[in-house]
Amino acid sequence: MKKLVSTAFASLALFCMSTAALAAPPIKIGALFAVTGPASFLGEPERNTAQMVVDEINKAGGVKGRKLELITYDTGGDATKAVQLANKLVKNDQVVAIIGPSTTGDTMAVIPVVEKAQVPLISCSAGIKITEPVKKWVFKTAQNDTLAVARIYEQLKKEKKSKVAILTVSDSFGSSGREQLKAQAKHFGIQIVSDDTYGPKDTDMTPQLTKIKSAKPDAIICWGTNPGPAVIARNAKQLGLAIPLYMSHGVSSKKFIELAGDAAEGIRLPSGKVLVADLLPKSDKQKGSLLAFIKDYQNHYRAEGDHFGGHAWDAMMLLKGAIERGGDTPAGIRNALEATRNFAGIGGVFSYSAKDHAGLTKDAFTLVEVRKKDWVLVK
Amino acid sequence: MELLNQVTQFVISGLATGSIYALIGLSFAIIFNSTGIINFAQGEFVMLGGVLTIFSLNVLQLPLAAAIVAAVAVTTVIGILFERLAIRPLKNATPLALIIITIGMSILIRGVVMLLWGKDTQALPAFSGTDPITVAGATLLPQHLWIFGVTVMVIVGCRLFFNHTISGKAMRACSFNRRAANLVGISVGRMVLFSFVISAAVGSLAGVIIAPLTMTAYDVGVMLGLKGFCAAIMGGMGSGLGTVLGGLILGTLESLGAGLISSGYKDAIAFFILLLILFIRPQGLFKKGETERV
Repeated sequence: MKKLVSTAFASLALFCMSTAALAAPPIKIGALFAVTGPASFLGEPERNTAQMVVDEINKAGGVKGRKLELITYDTGGDATKAVQLANKLVKNDQVVAIIGPSTTGDTMAVIPVVEKAQVPLISCSAGIKITEPVKKWVFKTAQNDTLAVARIYEQLKKEKKSKVAILTVSDSFGSSGREQLKAQAKHFGIQIVSDDTYGPKDTDMTPQLTKIKSAKPDAIICWGTNPGPAVIARNAKQLGLAIPLYMSHGVSSKKFIELAGDAAEGIRLPSGKVLVADLLPKSDKQKGSLLAFIKDYQNHYRAEGDHFGGHAWDAMMLLKGAIERGGDTPAGIRNALEATRNFAGIGGVFSYSAKDHAGLTKDAFTLVEVRKKDWVLVK
Repeated sequence: MELLNQVTQFVISGLATGSIYALIGLSFAIIFNSTGIINFAQGEFVMLGGVLTIFSLNVLQLPLAAAIVAAVAVTTVIGILFERLAIRPLKNATPLALIIITIGMSILIRGVVMLLWGKDTQALPAFSGTDPITVAGATLLPQHLWIFGVTVMVIVGCRLFFNHTISGKAMRACSFNRRAANLVGISVGRMVLFSFVISAAVGSLAGVIIAPLTMTAYDVGVMLGLKGFCAAIMGGMGSGLGTVLGGLILGTLESLGAGLISSGYKDAIAFFILLLILFIRPQGLFKKGETERV
């Protein structure tokens, strides 16, 4: 018996020594994504992308000779769970930085945790509240919906259309969009003639659209994520609405065209550039990153890379840059992140500063239109 | 005139949605009447109808009609397995325990579908095109006509089955008094199985005909099941005209509520009315007494 124990100890010691001798311990990075639950359409591509990027960095020799280790937890889109997991990442796993969570609700919930623990967080969700006001340890990669609203209004102003009807989904994405649509209308000289909502699980929006029809707007702006907007597109076609229909960036993937079918024709939406990467002019700063990301994602997962994955790509690459420049301590990473300038990622060209932890301008969005079941750029 | 046109549109849209609720409500009532349990996996039968049709169509490359038949058949088999494996073995379980089993089953089915086919929403092509039809200043789609048609067929079919066939009458006998039915030689177990067969078939058929309009995903069953359940409650859990009217009223009120009052309160209006009915007429809107079930 004694012999057995001593052999076990000896082999354990040998094992520990051998791994220690191989390389320095990896740099631990935490990730919180809503891989399951209602926001899984965000969390799943984000998790896939983050893992893909980490694998690739490690294959190429890591960051300054050290491997990265990604510790991913699934929040399920549940803020309470997100807080528990954030605590776990900080206390048990002792990560140097966290990417995610996927939704604004989850992010807002974990902010106090990272602020207290002084660990940098790069959120992949869009809510403007995340970085306004600026929080010392919190950054984000997803474009603010403020910018998307500005992009649509700018186009409407250019076409001299001033009366709009808005139709927003009654969840956090939709209500944030609704707030922005209402807040910025005046600035662009736009009048909101009808303001309606629909439930995320609703299957028939003809009542709202009938009402909108009688308000005679110049354009309809719908703010939601699949499948609601596809139902709205179909209902609008059913009612024979000849009013231009704008969607939010929440549906900017081929999936929307597939779901809405013929009814998608002519619909416009502000979108990150990943959708139209091959249509962009060569001079575009992001083109290189975009094509690299799309090709990688295609090779790894046999699927089209989307924005949501792009947010995680940006978060990982920003982090990589920050570790390279600032070292592997949370404070070093934070300071290096804040000093990031002109990083051409998937979501846009990021320039963080002490006053701006969102880092993007409205150039991050381009306006696209569905034509013949594909995207074209709106000039 | 403008308002009149609008209201016509609200009512037509509401009736279309309502027919769906009615069909689902009907399938709730059929099981309730022969077993006394509320099958909370009913919404999942609806979901399976849509999801399996899309699978047979896109992956197995079956023609539409065959895909529909396959989807309904597979869902029915799942209904049979469900009854045989989860309901029947528990001989003396309380209705509450059985209801909890159905909830567990619904979570299981949803999980399996999510793992097999993913979380994405999918659309089924419309059966006969998407060119809108104008009726009295309002528009509807050919698919709406399919929904109305199938609903009417199912209702007539159920009525004929329950009133004019031996099996149907035996099922009614079971629902009325299981013990007495057993004593006169009706196999109650078989009737319970029948009720699962019919209800899975009707539920999945509902899922198939609405999938081109509302699209489908692993989790659509929850809300549809709930609304169908409301329709059944409004009809007093009888499987006849009451449930159908309950569904139509629910759909119309939702639509009118969204159009005329505020879309934000759409579901609230529907559930408020449900509560009101439960308070004032717990036996259902159109029910005189306990004389006839099923």
